Amino acid sequence: MTFFTRSKVAVPCVMALCGLMHAGAQAQTEIQWWHSMTAVNGEWVNDLAKNFNANQKEYKVVPVFKGSYDESMTAAVAAFRAGNAPHILQVFEVGTATMMASKGVIVPVGKVMQDAGFKFDPAAYVPAVAGYYTSPKGEMLSYPFNSSTTVFYFNKDAFKAAGISTDKPPATWPEVALAAAKLKANGHKCPLTLAWQGWTQLESFSTWHNTELATQGNGMRGMNARMVVNSPLHVRHIENLGNMAKQGLFVYKGRGNVPEATFVSGECAMITTSSGFYGNVAKNAKFGYGLSALPYYPDVPGAPQNTVIGGASLWVMSGKKADEYKGVATFFNYLSNAEVQSASHKRTGYLPITLAAFKLTEASGFYKQNPGTDTAVNQMIRKTTDKSRGIRLGNYVQIRAIEDEELEQVWAGKKSAKEALDSIVTRGNEQLERFEKANTSKN
Amino acid sequence: MEKRTPFRSTWLPWLLIAPQGAVICVFFFWPALQALLQSLQQADAFGTSVEWVGFANFQRLWQDASYLESFQTTAVFSALVACLGIGISLCLAYFADRVVRGTVIYRTLLIWPYAVAPAVAGVVWLFLFSPSIGVVSYALNQWGFEWNALLNSRHAMALIVMAAVWKQISYNFLFFLAGLQSIPKSLIEAAAIDGAGPWRRFWTIQFPLLSPTSFFLLVINVVYAFFDTFGIVDAATKGGPGKDTAILVYKVYFDGFKALDLGGSAAQSVVLMVIVVALTVVQFRFVEKKVNY
Repeated sequence: MTFFTRSKVAVPCVMALCGLMHAGAQAQTEIQWWHSMTAVNGEWVNDLAKNFNANQKEYKVVPVFKGSYDESMTAAVAAFRAGNAPHILQVFEVGTATMMASKGVIVPVGKVMQDAGFKFDPAAYVPAVAGYYTSPKGEMLSYPFNSSTTVFYFNKDAFKAAGISTDKPPATWPEVALAAAKLKANGHKCPLTLAWQGWTQLESFSTWHNTELATQGNGMRGMNARMVVNSPLHVRHIENLGNMAKQGLFVYKGRGNVPEATFVSGECAMITTSSGFYGNVAKNAKFGYGLSALPYYPDVPGAPQNTVIGGASLWVMSGKKADEYKGVATFFNYLSNAEVQSASHKRTGYLPITLAAFKLTEASGFYKQNPGTDTAVNQMIRKTTDKSRGIRLGNYVQIRAIEDEELEQVWAGKKSAKEALDSIVTRGNEQLERFEKANTSKN
Repeated sequence: MEKRTPFRSTWLPWLLIAPQGAVICVFFFWPALQALLQSLQQADAFGTSVEWVGFANFQRLWQDASYLESFQTTAVFSALVACLGIGISLCLAYFADRVVRGTVIYRTLLIWPYAVAPAVAGVVWLFLFSPSIGVVSYALNQWGFEWNALLNSRHAMALIVMAAVWKQISYNFLFFLAGLQSIPKSLIEAAAIDGAGPWRRFWTIQFPLLSPTSFFLLVINVVYAFFDTFGIVDAATKGGPGKDTAILVYKVYFDGFKALDLGGSAAQSVVLMVIVVALTVVQFRFVEKKVNY
């Protein structure tokens, strides 16, 4: 990659190519949109662009699939260095701090909207969603696009077989352990598994219990944040899970979303994962399933607070022409429409991004017809606190990998919960210190 | 006695090696130089600020305990891949050389895996050995062997070694087969007449005569294990459990392409380059002395 990005030869060639392409579409201004949505969600993205293009003649949004989230970000980095970045880039939540720190690379979405003369009111957005993408100064930097959060799924058939009530699914961790024990006594091989373990069991767990994962409001107030994920509450939770792993109540099934397949197949009876998993379950599960809020510890003051989002937002890249920015703003304005938002929410299972879209969906009776689909929304539509607003860590990709590595040591019985969490703090802080150093020295 | 045909012109030989020289410069020396320069820099992802930091990136590596552990992991992995890969393919080539009927079918089937991309090989083996859905792991569990590559380091290491070896066997096989076929039949027949059995003939005639091929493959396989295996690791284990299968080149890939830490990643590739150069020099100085050409 480095070889291509630094190559000064490639730039004129690419620019010549762009010139040719541009000549063909002079009447319309083209807006390049790089995204990472596949399958059902890829069709959704294409439909959004198609409908926008059909509604007006001035601009044409061209969605381009650029591979997974990290691949499209790497591609954008290479393109930016070659002076050929897209107008809109979809970046996953983990890349937020990197995008924010890269001064001169992006244009804040609030500025794009105001320059184009659109009314832009951050208060119209769901607080826990908008807050995640808002700078310490209160400026909204990127446009929240597909946001999900952490929820709890359970297999109703397995619950019935083990004599557990399906009307009152376990709401707290002690209840989850009890249900898992009953499932195991009933011969179930995998009562509980966890997907996105760092996100669900450390990050979202922290905001849900109104406890800091890192200082400075989890990094939301500045880059000098440091990890504090070895608090007694965190140790207690990971210790509990470690014990459950020893007893065969929790079975580790891998990193990222890999464990999700074991829930759909019926192998595992309970799972904590993304609300975006709903579409997959609804389509493929051959058993009764239920959806409920992420479990919590009832004795912790302030819990449950709100869970933290995952997913991605749209960033506007710098160095483009004024009328192109106007096109981007027009497109975002279209996406903000409550009808469009509500339709997207129902279609994908991602969160509604504006409060108006939530109310519209509620009024349409969708939540009544599809019980459980409002779980994620209810976890998010709350007034956030300084500790629960969001999580913004530099070198987040590495920190997520560190979380995976250390938690695996606990599940394998090689480290105690305290040792693993202490290690996450030490290793995570090295990453944070380096990020702070790399991004403050340039001013 | 040497056979030589000297060029009369002084510029013609240079012209003739120019295309090859250009390819090597553009695709090997230039990127290597870039890596060297970048290893001395610290930059943000988009390259808007580049700062010369001297040897800070290297210093950070030496202070990172997990990086130093990864040397051991890499040594184990590379030794296993090179030994198993060469041993198994030598065995296969020896038997394929002796097959009388259906030679073409055997050979073609043995060469096929080479056409598979490393990442795909990783996925194929992952599917066979995945704890929940793998066919092989299901069978192993039925027989009472608790296979769990997700939490057991040895199982995870076995998984990536199998995938890496399987991928490289065809390449080794081709060279060994060609090597075996170039050994004059008369030598083997003479030994057979003297009463040497197949085992004896292999150890005293064929194996020593194959030594140039074996040596070449040793170098190639070590380089393969060091550089070309990140796709397999990424697809099969992602370096887990913990960091127990995170070999050096996987960390280069992860830090550079996933985490966008170009300075750190470049420093690691420089370290890797130095190791492989050193290993190759050692191989040429010491192992090559045992080779008969």
